[in-house]
Amino acid sequence: MNVNQEIASVKSTPPRSPEVVTESHQQRPSPATEAPVVPPKLTVEHLNAWYGQNHALHDVNLVVPPCSVTAAIGPSGCGKSTFLRCLNRMHELIPGARAEGTLRIDGKDLLGRDVDPVSLRRRVGMVFQRPNPFPTMSIRDNVAAGLKLNRVPGDHAEIVERTLRQAALWDEVKDRLGASALSLSGGQQQRLCIARALAVQPEVLLMDEPASALDPIATAKIEDLIHQLKERYTIVIVTHNMQQAGRVSDQTAFFYMGDLVEVGPTEKIFTNPSEKRTEDYVTGKFG
Amino acid sequence: MNGLPWRRFVNVFWTVVSGSTVLVALVPLASLLWLVVSRGAPGLSASFFVSLPTPVGEPGGGVGNAIVGTFFMVGLASLMALPVGVGAGVFLAEKGDGPAGKVIRFTAEVLSGVPSIVVGIVAYGLIVATMKRFSALAGGVALALIMVPSLARSTEDFIRLVPSALREASLALGVPGWKTSLRVIIPTALGGIVTAVLLAVARAAGETAPLLFTALNNQYWNLDPTQPTASLTVQIYNYAISPYEDWHDKAWTAALVLLLLVGLLNLMARLLSRNRLQGAPR
Repeated sequence: MNVNQEIASVKSTPPRSPEVVTESHQQRPSPATEAPVVPPKLTVEHLNAWYGQNHALHDVNLVVPPCSVTAAIGPSGCGKSTFLRCLNRMHELIPGARAEGTLRIDGKDLLGRDVDPVSLRRRVGMVFQRPNPFPTMSIRDNVAAGLKLNRVPGDHAEIVERTLRQAALWDEVKDRLGASALSLSGGQQQRLCIARALAVQPEVLLMDEPASALDPIATAKIEDLIHQLKERYTIVIVTHNMQQAGRVSDQTAFFYMGDLVEVGPTEKIFTNPSEKRTEDYVTGKFG
Repeated sequence: MNGLPWRRFVNVFWTVVSGSTVLVALVPLASLLWLVVSRGAPGLSASFFVSLPTPVGEPGGGVGNAIVGTFFMVGLASLMALPVGVGAGVFLAEKGDGPAGKVIRFTAEVLSGVPSIVVGIVAYGLIVATMKRFSALAGGVALALIMVPSLARSTEDFIRLVPSALREASLALGVPGWKTSLRVIIPTALGGIVTAVLLAVARAAGETAPLLFTALNNQYWNLDPTQPTASLTVQIYNYAISPYEDWHDKAWTAALVLLLLVGLLNLMARLLSRNRLQGAPR
């Protein structure tokens, strides 16, 4: 019990130095067994989302343990991207869109009216479907963009190198940090965007189909990266690709028509789902 | 009859038809250029760019003061129009989806459709009548009124061209909205905004009507905004309506100078927007 509590407290505060990454290879229990003792990183209760009159997300309840990967799967239009965008309140930027419910990080509510979405987004980073580096900035400035624009003090050069290493891009760009971000390939641009999201040291990383615009080799690199990143970050990933969900995630949530149909350990969802609709989807009967 | 040869014939036929309409459209442009160059080039000399105008019958002389006056008044107009026009464009692009944006956009459209002579009258009423004298300032105000609406609309268009993915990327980093506009969106659209500015300046430099009874004219050098000032366009007008043959020649030469100036500005705008497109994301 004591040991478990220690692990929990270590994991709920993400380590900040690169040394810890390599040292934290210790075995940890699977999410299913640690769920009762480790306080959840992210708690979603009765989350509803609308686009105007369109009720896009119905009463979603979900718990995400720290330092794990949760995959959201489901056919197009099922609400999985809407769910993701609610988690850092990007959803409400769309005119007419709104969300209700409870969303807690480390037990603190984040959807309340008195919560500043700007400060929330510094804790919950996001990587988008298409690589979207800032075209007017160099590779270096792209990674440091969040730090510079938010006037975060500190050694930016050191953070740039560390996050580019974390994003497995350092060796490919270290000799041309001043070059335009657009000179990189699509896969490199996406890893640059991951580095940019990591540079502001978020606790949670949201990924919206991060590999869907990439070729298989670049996709494999992103997936390797997710495996490494989950040692320090809590990751929620939306994907169309069920094999990808199976490869990278600890927990899988199946969305259909705006409902969270089923959530559970990835292995169970893919081999022994409780719901008929989940089974039909993961076995390819529809979707 | 309906086989490949027929298809080929139809293809060639319509290629020739559409190609010849292009030629027809080019005739007025080519003849304009030819006329201005052939009539204006003989009078062109270095001194034409730097000398003051001379009285009828006296050889030599130039439009130096008119060139300076045009730059001076376009500069004054830009000082007034750039902040207002570009600022309004930024507002329209960033916050212009509400009723305020609709009103401003409609106003800009109406304003850009107002004939330039009417703009001149307005400047006359506002500035000349109150100051009781023609002045470069009045001319600058008139030109600024012409620049603002087109500047606002094209600035808006260029900012709206910036992919929304960049705005989302910045917001997702926890950057506030205003800083996202200022540091991410506007720098990305900057090439386009500079292009819009150059085009507006080129348009203002070619206007005659708003200057006729605001800046009037001046036979001497002037950089005092409260004094009447010469401009290329009004100088051409005065030379052209005169009954003197040698002033007519000077009108052609001044027209050539104006054409070169405006053409140069347009060329710069074109080059800049080309670079911008090469650098733009998908």
